[in-house]
Amino acid sequence: MSKNGYSSTELMICVAARLMEDGTTTFIGTGIPMLAAALAQRLYTPNLIPVFEFGGVGALMDELPLGVGESRTFHRALSATGICDVMETAQRGFIDYGFLGGAQIDMYGNLNSTVIGDYHAPKARLPGSGGANDVGSLCWKTIAIMRHEKMRFVPACDFITTPGYLNGPGAREAAGLPAGTGPIHVVSTLARLGFDPTTCRMSLEAVYPGVSVEDVVNSTGFELLLPRETPEIEPPTAEELHLLRDEIDPDHLYI
Amino acid sequence: MNVVETGIGDLIQPPDIEGFREWNRTKKSRKLEDKLMSEQDAVAEFVCDGCYLGTELYGTVRAPMSVVREILRQKPQHLRLAGQGVLEIDLLVAGGGVEAIDLNYYGLEVYGVSCVLRRAVEGGHIKQMAEWSNAAFSWRLKAAAMGVPFLPIRSMLGTDTFRRSAARVVEDPFTGGKICLVPALILDVSIIHVHRADRFGNAQIDGISGFAFEMARASKRLIVSAEEIIPTDQIRQCPDRTVIPYYLVDAVVHAPFGSHPGEMVYHYGRDEDEIRAWVNASKTPEGTAAYLDKTVYRPQNHAAYLEMIGEERLSDLRHKAENHR
Repeated sequence: MSKNGYSSTELMICVAARLMEDGTTTFIGTGIPMLAAALAQRLYTPNLIPVFEFGGVGALMDELPLGVGESRTFHRALSATGICDVMETAQRGFIDYGFLGGAQIDMYGNLNSTVIGDYHAPKARLPGSGGANDVGSLCWKTIAIMRHEKMRFVPACDFITTPGYLNGPGAREAAGLPAGTGPIHVVSTLARLGFDPTTCRMSLEAVYPGVSVEDVVNSTGFELLLPRETPEIEPPTAEELHLLRDEIDPDHLYI
Repeated sequence: MNVVETGIGDLIQPPDIEGFREWNRTKKSRKLEDKLMSEQDAVAEFVCDGCYLGTELYGTVRAPMSVVREILRQKPQHLRLAGQGVLEIDLLVAGGGVEAIDLNYYGLEVYGVSCVLRRAVEGGHIKQMAEWSNAAFSWRLKAAAMGVPFLPIRSMLGTDTFRRSAARVVEDPFTGGKICLVPALILDVSIIHVHRADRFGNAQIDGISGFAFEMARASKRLIVSAEEIIPTDQIRQCPDRTVIPYYLVDAVVHAPFGSHPGEMVYHYGRDEDEIRAWVNASKTPEGTAAYLDKTVYRPQNHAAYLEMIGEERLSDLRHKAENHR
């Protein structure tokens, strides 16, 4: 909790929720994306269709799921199907957005959730792709949610689990990934970031209240594209905070 | 077909589709036979040293935890594992018999990374490994279920996930574009936990079906554990709910609360305290050993395990599921 009366994690969830679009199909992963989707459904996007990889489609997110297959991922949902159907639906171009996380991200939005250090003698073995690679490959637009630290915003991921723009413009299509797909935003604990359409490099869009551009640059391990002017993001509203703290995550699993 | 790139991960279970057809012709009965047996007999008969093992759905959701605990008790060695899971694969790896993992997702979800996996990999105890995405894994099962050697997919391309897999990138012979081919995954043994089954193995699932449909059809041997054993008449009343028909099944095990401490939608909720107990215990080798001793090795079977958990807690968990409809 900062002196502002809210934490950067809380604002990160709000910023992610504000990026959701009503009437779209949106792939939701475990953790922060679930809180953001629950908040968005209550406040901004009542017709958001959350899609969970093990088969839940169109759940009402009254209670926070603790995993991508648990019963709350299809609570009062429109369909309870299986992973092949969901992934094939994404492969056919039916899933608009995907929310992702990871331990590392680089300037092209590539994500690592597999291993820190050498693959065979790692410093840390992480859970692996799960559905992340599929979400990053097959959804039209992806948004990463990351803690903003220099050790996470790295010049090169130790392992590219999930494709961003790989090594730059045209690389996704050259690799055989579906055309017209890729990351559009990163929501961090300091700022909202985007990707430059020409270079596919990560760019700063807006900073959190009390955060300077320099703070963001100093917490980023690669050269960030900077706009001429950097707007400040609206802090969480009282309503957002109330819903997050009292309804969505009353057990404080994440906030 | 022109191969453009070859993943360098281990092909832990090479697909033998002719062998699979022959297996299904000669080793799988089409007769409606009583397959109900104890978890001890099912594991003793079908889980052997060196086998390639898969479980469904996963660790905290409709997971075959009771059969997994029995596998630990019987200590099969040199196991190869489909690494999609949470608590169930954590127990299997902690039990010490796992040598190879096709790794898709192996973590503790909301509780983060698995310390058991970290110790196993960082200590070099896993001899063979390959990375896959969850869709790639499910499509590998689907290929086996279709009886074809591979499927073309549009995931994994351009990434290290591909590079450390045993997939191939080829030039699509129809369009000339690049496409990823994943090999069929035919499992030696699968264990799937379901809501209800009859004695012949006709099995029905409520809620999401995960990858049960595909895994059941991709397996040489299949152990189904079920919350309820029901008469075949009841199956015949709603055959549309049958995800797994009897001829795929080799053993039916009655396992009420079989997914505990995971959940079973509409029947019981997650036992958060017990899940946290494992998360904390598994942080150290000593804690892991003590937890396994208490919950796996000391109770002789699943009935004894449930007795240890206690009716009061189980009844609370039943209550928890009531508002999930």
